[in-house]
Amino acid sequence: MNTVGLALAEALHLIAGGDAKLVAIVALSLRVSATSIVVGTLVAMPLGALLAVTSFRGQRAAIVTLNALLGLPSVVVGLAVYLLLSRAGPLGSFGILFTPAAMVIAQAILVLPLIAALTRQAISDAWQETREQLRSLGAGPFASATALLWDLRFSLVTIVLAGFGRAVSEVGAVMIVGGNIDGVTRVMTTAIALETSKGDLPLALGLGFVLLAIVLALNVVAHLTREAVQRHHG
Amino acid sequence: MAERHLSSLRPALLPLSLVDVGWSVGGKQVLAGITATLRHGSRTVVLGANGAGKSVLLRLCHGLLQPTSGQVRWGTPEVPGEPRRQAMVFQRPVLFRRSVLGNMTFALGIAGVARSERRDRALAALERVGLAALADRPARVLSGGEQQRLTLARAWSLGPEVLFLDEPTANLDPGATREIEAVIEAIHAGGTKIVLVTHNLGQARRLGDEVLFLDRGRLVERSPIDRFFHQPTSAEAAAFLKGELPWH
Repeated sequence: MNTVGLALAEALHLIAGGDAKLVAIVALSLRVSATSIVVGTLVAMPLGALLAVTSFRGQRAAIVTLNALLGLPSVVVGLAVYLLLSRAGPLGSFGILFTPAAMVIAQAILVLPLIAALTRQAISDAWQETREQLRSLGAGPFASATALLWDLRFSLVTIVLAGFGRAVSEVGAVMIVGGNIDGVTRVMTTAIALETSKGDLPLALGLGFVLLAIVLALNVVAHLTREAVQRHHG
Repeated sequence: MAERHLSSLRPALLPLSLVDVGWSVGGKQVLAGITATLRHGSRTVVLGANGAGKSVLLRLCHGLLQPTSGQVRWGTPEVPGEPRRQAMVFQRPVLFRRSVLGNMTFALGIAGVARSERRDRALAALERVGLAALADRPARVLSGGEQQRLTLARAWSLGPEVLFLDEPTANLDPGATREIEAVIEAIHAGGTKIVLVTHNLGQARRLGDEVLFLDRGRLVERSPIDRFFHQPTSAEAAAFLKGELPWH
């Protein structure tokens, strides 16, 4: 109990004092996850929206597959990206295994189904209400998808934040493809796992607090956005 | 109006010919054997009891549904992918989370109107329906009547040859209804063919030149408005009027 109390005090001290090591780890985490979210969103959102407003053979299978991918285990993604990027792998010549770029790729793949599936669901609901009007105006699938993405822009912020929460808090994929190299690919989650096993509880706890605070802040922002939009647009 | 000028240079969309049109869903025949030709000029009102198939007929005409039998033919068919030359106003206004003006310019954009012209055309149409002062307001917080006037302005700004209206005032109070009717009159006066589905017989009389009367999915009568109300030729229409206007 005493050890935990001491560690807690020291953790807060590390955060308050802006410990250089802690700050560097947090910064890398945010950079990697933010980049992966940008990449993932740019691919997943148009995909999810088009899946909602078009109909084609095999669409139901595509939707079921997409929803199944929501439960994609991050270690499996890590393993797959590892095999792709390893020296002997098809993309091995880029030499980016154990770099932040590899971590970005892994996290982008991880959040892609999440963002695409949630986007598809949101757009699909809106599509039911607006389909006839959009067709009446002469909007094709592409124009309809774009219009609805813009119409739901504030709900989509929530989806992006959910994706960011998933990316920043996962540990398996970044551990495998990043390698948890001190000062290079060590992020919050991998650092917590390592420091805990080493017994360096203050740093682990301090990072844990920061991670919690980030996830909490994301949810607050998501909630406030929704409320503000409800007030403004009805 | 500039848009009318443009459309008059192209071969006309009308007449619209329905040839033995039927539509069924899940084994249920909703419409059957509808044959009629809709021509430029007159205001056509579609009447009938609930479930007679009025809304389905409108959607078949507008191309939102495809007939399961028979044909819907335009004088000059629209070219897929090109701006539409017909518009529709629905019972429930469908508006996007944009400003009033934004909803207008969005539709003009889809219709292929140059970016530089959209704002002026949108404002002109808003002016005509009395919404210019609300141009910057979020569209979805307008009152029901204002929202419906906005959808009319949106349709009007596109300069359609034909405007289909599916019970546009069903959810509105008498004041808002009068405003909507005035706008419909003005759109017709500008040269647009009006095809209106309504439950409101007073509205049918005020706005209609002729009546298409549907009974259980069949077109049983087509008459000029006065004759329809005073001397309906079909027993079904007579029974319908007796039910709706028992004091008549």
